[in-house]
Amino acid sequence: MTDTQHITVATAWLDGCSGCHMSFLDIDERLFTLAQKVDIIYSPLVDAKELPESVDVGILEGSVSSEEDLKKAQEFRRHCKFLISLGDCAVCGNIPGMRNLFPLDAVLHRAYHENVQKNPQIPNVGVPRLLPTVQPVHGVVEVDLFVQGCPPPADVIWHVLSELIQGRTPDPMTLTRFGK
Amino acid sequence: MMKPATPSQVRVVTFKINDRDVSARSDETILQVARENGIRIPSLCYVEGLSVWGACRLCLIELNGDSRLLAACSTRVEEGMEVLTDTDRLRRYRRMIVELLFAERNHVCAVCVSNGRCELQNLAQECGVDHVRVPYRTAVYHVDASHDWFRLDHNRCVLCTRCVRACDEIEGAHTWDTMGRGINCQVITDLAKPWGESKSCTGCGKCVQMCPTGALVRHGTSVGEMEKDRGFLPYLSRMREAEWE
Ligand code: SF4
Ligand code: SF4
Ligand code: SF4
Ligand code: FES
Repeated sequence: MTDTQHITVATAWLDGCSGCHMSFLDIDERLFTLAQKVDIIYSPLVDAKELPESVDVGILEGSVSSEEDLKKAQEFRRHCKFLISLGDCAVCGNIPGMRNLFPLDAVLHRAYHENVQKNPQIPNVGVPRLLPTVQPVHGVVEVDLFVQGCPPPADVIWHVLSELIQGRTPDPMTLTRFGK
Repeated sequence: MMKPATPSQVRVVTFKINDRDVSARSDETILQVARENGIRIPSLCYVEGLSVWGACRLCLIELNGDSRLLAACSTRVEEGMEVLTDTDRLRRYRRMIVELLFAERNHVCAVCVSNGRCELQNLAQECGVDHVRVPYRTAVYHVDASHDWFRLDHNRCVLCTRCVRACDEIEGAHTWDTMGRGINCQVITDLAKPWGESKSCTGCGKCVQMCPTGALVRHGTSVGEMEKDRGFLPYLSRMREAEWE
């Protein structure tokens, strides 16, 4: 089989716990089948440093909480023909989104002043600036497919990818829901 | 609330649901008849054994030849009516209603005590809510944990008033009510006092069992642990009716 028949996939985690990526790895031996059809060309799971110009399928885990997340989501949208919002953080904000109930200043103060004994200070070097409001991925870019779950079960991820490989549109709602 | 029909007015009517011929007593509602015939109409505020409230609008149906939508739980059947329960328009509205419920309060299923056992969550899946298209309000709501055994979390409340009706109509305590209009509407105990200070609450737990979401739960439950038992309700309400007759 030549590379031209492979579909290319890029993944990234924004503000998530990496659990969705772990669930992806949980498809276990089916990874071998997948490897024959899919090239993962950019991901925390592989070495590539730059998102290639054009990618067939982009998968985003996590919500959009920082300037970096926002940049990455926009970059994925520009480069990916089909963009998947994977997991509840990406789809609805979920746990990261719970901070939306408080002003950002109060959240930072709580974490870096109130609960700290030594040298309280808000980190601002080498870390992306947080956005005032946590958003689901579709709050900042258009999304083609939503896969709910915290994390989405491995079988759902397998269903989505194997349907896409066969040129069909997956219907994850039959297999998963918020909080699954 | 609909008044019960007197026995002499009750007739048998025949009509259609989704092109299927059905017959029913004329004092039944479209939702009741649909259920008897195994035809699914999503619903949230309606519970068999409690009075009809008609507030959630999830049970909307179409009548052939009528552009208005009607709530199946609060519309009596009529001879010859042609009910449609599953049109594109209804699916669109139902999905939007569920999305608005999710956007109004704060639902974080992954860490909710009712995860996996919640009527709202099931409705979201049934109505194809794969994401919420409107922005979340993320308004601050409080949690009343003052009761010895139970907890009220306004973040998860959908204002179905099932707790209000169960407490009033079955337990006879009327601890619950609603206060405020529109977006400010909330359920309250006694005169908006903490539940733990309520003089009227008997601690029976019927409100908790009736609540469709994680808004009313038992203390000491963790994620996904709050299972509700509603089997007792139709029995209790039949017994009450028998008493009154
Ligand atoms: S009440 Fe239901 S829909 Fe709301 S967070 Fe809990 S499980 Fe999810
Ligand atoms: S526990 Fe019983 S009496 Fe108390 S509020 Fe709930 S239904 Fe009413
Ligand atoms: S507390 Fe529960 S039963 Fe009462 S109105 Fe809210 S969602 Fe309905
Ligand atoms: S079930 Fe009919 S309006 Fe709620």
